[in-house]
Amino acid sequence: MSEILQLHSISRNFSGLKALRDVSLGISKGEVLGLIGPNGAGKTTLVNVVTGVTPASSGTVMFLGQDITRVKTYQSARLGLSRTFQVVQPFAEFSALDNVAAAALFSQPGESIKSAREEARAHLAFVGLEAQSDQPAATLTLAMRKRLELAKALAMKPKLLFLDEVNAGLNSAEVERATRLIHQLAENGITIVMIEHLMKVVLNVCTRIAVLHNGQLIADGAPRDVIKNPAVVEAYLGQQYAQRAGARG
Amino acid sequence: MLAAQVLINALVLGCLYACIATGFSLVWGVLNVINLIHGSFIVLGAYLAWGLYQSLQISPWYALGIAAPAFFALGYVIQRLILNRVITAPVLVTLTLTFGLDLILNNAMIYYFKADYRKLTLTPPMGSVSLFDVVVPIDRLIATASALALTGVLYLILRRLRVGRAIIAVRLDRDAARLMGVDVNSIYAIAFGLGAALAGCAGVLMALIFPISPLTSTAYLGKAFVVCVLGGLGSVSGALAGGILLALIEGIGSALIGPAHATTLSFALLIVFLIVRPQGLLGRKGFE
Amino acid sequence: MTRSNLILLALVVGIAALPMVGGSYALRLGTIACMYGILALSWNVVGGLAGYPSFATAAFFGFGAYTAGVLLGKGVPLVVSVPAAGVASFVLACLLGAALLRLRGHYFAIASLSLIEVFRELVNNATDLTGGGMGLNIPLTSTAGVMADATFFFYVMWGLLVGTALMVVVVAGSKLGFGLACIRQNETAANMIGLNTTLYKSVAFGLSAGFVGAAGGVYAAWVHYIDPSDVFDILYSVKPIVMALIGGLGSPLGVLIGAFVYLGLEEVVWRNYIQIHSGVLGILIVVLLLFLPHGLMSLRSQLLAWRPKRV
Repeated sequence: MSEILQLHSISRNFSGLKALRDVSLGISKGEVLGLIGPNGAGKTTLVNVVTGVTPASSGTVMFLGQDITRVKTYQSARLGLSRTFQVVQPFAEFSALDNVAAAALFSQPGESIKSAREEARAHLAFVGLEAQSDQPAATLTLAMRKRLELAKALAMKPKLLFLDEVNAGLNSAEVERATRLIHQLAENGITIVMIEHLMKVVLNVCTRIAVLHNGQLIADGAPRDVIKNPAVVEAYLGQQYAQRAGARG
Repeated sequence: MLAAQVLINALVLGCLYACIATGFSLVWGVLNVINLIHGSFIVLGAYLAWGLYQSLQISPWYALGIAAPAFFALGYVIQRLILNRVITAPVLVTLTLTFGLDLILNNAMIYYFKADYRKLTLTPPMGSVSLFDVVVPIDRLIATASALALTGVLYLILRRLRVGRAIIAVRLDRDAARLMGVDVNSIYAIAFGLGAALAGCAGVLMALIFPISPLTSTAYLGKAFVVCVLGGLGSVSGALAGGILLALIEGIGSALIGPAHATTLSFALLIVFLIVRPQGLLGRKGFE
Repeated sequence: MTRSNLILLALVVGIAALPMVGGSYALRLGTIACMYGILALSWNVVGGLAGYPSFATAAFFGFGAYTAGVLLGKGVPLVVSVPAAGVASFVLACLLGAALLRLRGHYFAIASLSLIEVFRELVNNATDLTGGGMGLNIPLTSTAGVMADATFFFYVMWGLLVGTALMVVVVAGSKLGFGLACIRQNETAANMIGLNTTLYKSVAFGLSAGFVGAAGGVYAAWVHYIDPSDVFDILYSVKPIVMALIGGLGSPLGVLIGAFVYLGLEEVVWRNYIQIHSGVLGILIVVLLLFLPHGLMSLRSQLLAWRPKRV
């Protein structure tokens, strides 16, 4: 399998605070990588570094063989990197349809507003929002806005998709629905990196897990191995989880 | 010796600039309002000093004691009755509103005092001191010392008094301050009152040095802008640093390329600072 | 095209009939009405569509006035000078916009306000070219008589208004307008979907300056004399904002109606309170912002909706 994204010893400082220290990571095509770790471990910062929101202080980011370390956010979006936000970021006054259409229009060359709206309908249908397509985004429920976020990301025809806590704040039925969607995306061949706190979802969906702690990568490997890794148990999962998982597995 | 004179002039003027800007900076920082009436408040303060001296022979030093409470009350009322109604509106609305208020006040001053320039001349004149070849008029020196004292008073209010701590708290996080039991609206009014009081007092001091006219209000306002941006928003020390820096730039600029270009230079610098270092010399990033 | 934009164009076209019904006073007022319409519609591109609180209108109005004024003084004909002023303003604003539009909120407002100051001082000091504080006399372009001149300048200004209105309508229905609406609502998200926000904002700033600069040029030729404190008057920045606020931010039709309503008020104030006209204008602004924050359009919907408000 060829590597779609490569991070070489990435560091990122925020006025003295080392949010990421010397992180190296490769992601292969078709993988679903779970990025886990305690709050403040640097997970979202890592996504921000890759997408050019807060460029790396040092290190390089390679995407499909191209150095994108210093590439601007909008350029990386056009290259096929898309993301959802932990705190959803809709265009509040736009209808759901125009939210998704905007994503198609500005990320794909040669789109017109009309063709973008047509594509947007298909993406809205995929995430189950066709009934809400004319509703302003501000009036949607949180679960709907999360799915809208997903539809926007898909409209950008991503090669690599970052999902930043798509399940946070959802009830269990909504989580199940979102999980099914992610499964479908993975089957369609999109490489996915997901930041997720629900271990049930991570173990259900991910083919590989990477663990960040205090800005450092402390584990990386197959899900079953990683959750038994003593350092990961210590830093994140906790003893109780490990015992329960051990008893089950 | 020319260099020493330029330096001393800049220090003297810089403290006055700082005094002009602290009130403006306080209002901007705490209320998140760019207060365009500030310049007219300064001019009104100058007229107050002029009027008191002409008609009642009250010296400007005592006029400070009258200006401070009077302008505080004026500012307090304006905030409570008018500004507070749009305080959460976007910058476009608050800025345009204070512009409208400025039009009213400035036009009123032109109506009553006419647009011509007046001068407050102390009799007898206070003379000047000279050390080596550096000459400084005494009234200007006292004005500078008073300006420093006024900024010092603001600093102490913010640092030592309960209400000062509340002002800082509102500045840093309005919602958290509200949850802690701070009456945010009354803090806004007090901060705006303090800003107005500082402007009025600065005006009294300006009357000693510069000609008085409603037409000068935009120049004062411009200085306040530049000082705030150079020094960084919302801190007394920032205003002082910004004031002295601006005076230095103007002094050196007019010595090197002529006084006509000094203002252009300071505004060009303002724009450069905004783009390159929006937090200013001493400011911290991320307050916007 | 939306119905409101159709009405906008119809309104603009209707103004062309003015010289048939009015004398010189109506022509003067009509010329100013067109000019205010240009300023307000232009401001709406950056202020209303992109949501950036620009106070730079006066800077480009003055820049355009001086560009055209200097060119006319050198014998360049009006048909070249005015477009040159427009194009120069557009280019300058695009370049400045790329730098200034990185600022947001208050900082952008202050920076755009400072542009006026910088431009005015530059013109003040470039005495050889501009005459400095003494002002600049602009040669009469024709000697066909006062009425003919007034009619001529009315139609030139009107033509510019037509151009501005068309620009606004085209932008509103285009990818550019769509993108600016995205930027206004959420700039972070706009970047994330592949929108080159710097480019879009710069172009918007340029478009809002280009027609203003050309209007400044026509104004200079029309009044034959300009000086820095006249054309770099901060009121030229504030008036369009007040007009847009009168009409209710956003819709070009509302903004244009706001411009005409404002002119009407200004005219009444000027005639009756010449000594305190700026004070009365101030009162107008304050009252408007306090009691009609969503413009006159909101008044209409309030009057129509007598139903009790929903809980």
